[in-house]
Amino acid sequence: MTANGPQTVASSESSGSATDAAMTDDAPLGSPRVDDAVIESRDLDVYYGDDQALHGINMDIPERKVTALIGPSGCGKSTFLRSINRMNDLIDIARVDGDLYFHGKDVYDDDVDPVALRRKIGMVFQKPNPFPKSIFDNVAYGLRVQGKDDGDVEKKVRTALERAALLDEVEDQLDSSGLDLSGGQQQRLCIARAIAPDPEVILMDEPASALDPVATSKIEDLVEELAEEYTVVIVTHNMQQAARISDKTAVFLTGGHLVEFDDTGKIFENPESDRVEDYITGKFG
Amino acid sequence: MSTPESGTEEDAFAVNDPSIRRMRRYGRIFLGLCMVAALVGIVALIALLYDVVSEAWGWVTWEFITHPPSMIVDHYNPSNYGDLPTGPGGIYPALVGSIYLIVFTAIFTLVLGVGAAIYLEEYAGDNRLTQLIEANIANLAGVPSIVYGLLGLALFVRAIGAGSSLIAGALTLTLLILPIVIVQTQEALRAVPDSMRQASYGAGATKWQTIRSVVLPEAIPGIMTGIILSLSRAIGETAPIIMVGAATSMFGPPNLTDPTGSFAAMPMQIFEWAKAPEAEFQHVAAAGIVVLLTVLLLMNAVAIYIRNKYDRRG
Repeated sequence: MTANGPQTVASSESSGSATDAAMTDDAPLGSPRVDDAVIESRDLDVYYGDDQALHGINMDIPERKVTALIGPSGCGKSTFLRSINRMNDLIDIARVDGDLYFHGKDVYDDDVDPVALRRKIGMVFQKPNPFPKSIFDNVAYGLRVQGKDDGDVEKKVRTALERAALLDEVEDQLDSSGLDLSGGQQQRLCIARAIAPDPEVILMDEPASALDPVATSKIEDLVEELAEEYTVVIVTHNMQQAARISDKTAVFLTGGHLVEFDDTGKIFENPESDRVEDYITGKFG
Repeated sequence: MSTPESGTEEDAFAVNDPSIRRMRRYGRIFLGLCMVAALVGIVALIALLYDVVSEAWGWVTWEFITHPPSMIVDHYNPSNYGDLPTGPGGIYPALVGSIYLIVFTAIFTLVLGVGAAIYLEEYAGDNRLTQLIEANIANLAGVPSIVYGLLGLALFVRAIGAGSSLIAGALTLTLLILPIVIVQTQEALRAVPDSMRQASYGAGATKWQTIRSVVLPEAIPGIMTGIILSLSRAIGETAPIIMVGAATSMFGPPNLTDPTGSFAAMPMQIFEWAKAPEAEFQHVAAAGIVVLLTVLLLMNAVAIYIRNKYDRRG
């Protein structure tokens, strides 16, 4: 680093700030900066033991938009998603370097409580994972653990179910088990559970990959609606899905590198990277 | 079929392929051996039950269950009940003593066993110390019960000064079944899918909230089954009770207001009857065994009921 010291100085002068300089070191193609960013990832590395799962991820996630993370299996897109709300903390061997800002605050600072962070950033998982409790208790779970159950819980639960486009189907059976629902209904129940405490961001880890086409299209419609109120980050390995529902698309390719980040239209019509083009057009992955 | 030329297309699905027939025969022999192995246990159990029940037939009466023991064998014989000035002999103090013993053991086991398992499974990191503790627990499960009896005698009866009391007996039995309960509770906790924990953390729950509201409710059927089955082993244990110094014959149930008072327990009482010289006492011992087995089977039935009731996934 000392050998190219002058260069570093030059680049930081030209771009104006230290974070910009850091960004140019490992920037993906496309336009990784956005104006209304809620989440900013800067040189984010994630390791599982000795294996590096993510290499210097630099990208912004815009507010109240759908940002899709796509790429082949094992490319690190889920790892990146889980580093946003620090779910990787739950894995003993996971280690994170670099910075991830949420509203300008590095979530990996010592004074950030991951539980408080997860109350702002809800999550929906790949496999529907309702609790073996009633539909009502499933949706109320987040409210209860977050101490937001003082007001009208019933109203909050119904609102969440309505936003998750599930209320009409389960209105008469709120006391029956969440496990009795179909797979697609269970996943919408999990979405209702995630939005009931009213987070700012919703992370979705391949939320439709275990569902049939009809259930999938319901989830897709829902994601687009949710983006009117929430910032949505969705991992998918279904490129058509990303093209249909997202505003921004980040393409991760094998080895944990973010190759290109841009408006979804640009990524699918005219990507800068040849590898991204090959991936999009199905030549590999 | 060992050489490529050996079969034409027509033989390919021949019904009498000798090599397949030979393998089927081996399969039938293996099946027969497995069935014999399964039957040995059941036949032995039935023979045992038949022997005990036929010995005890006519001797297990309501009077037997509700009266204190007697030194005189005639007092147990239902045909003499009419002309006994002191009343019939029975198992009452030992039956109540065993039930108290199991209730105290259950409370101690629940607190210590489930607490230890939650610590090991949910909180402790995967380090050398944890591995050492877990290896030791597994080994402790294999220690003979008489050794726990000696420990109970030295620690609870003498060092702590609890005397040959219900509390000392219950603590000794707790030590005896604790390793098994810890291992079974750990397995029940491990069987809770990680996706449940993730869902809880993802909803903004703390670790304690996740354990209390998601993990424990899911694991409770497994935990309860493990505890009750361990307790039904404890209720029949004789060696630790002998070492702790349970009374051979008590004429009333243990006094719960005197924590260091002595107590009787069914295995000990049965042992006393069985070693008595009069041949008729064998019937009394058998009657005692029937009562003990009934309590034990009732406990197992409760365990099965709990498992079926809460196991929503079938």
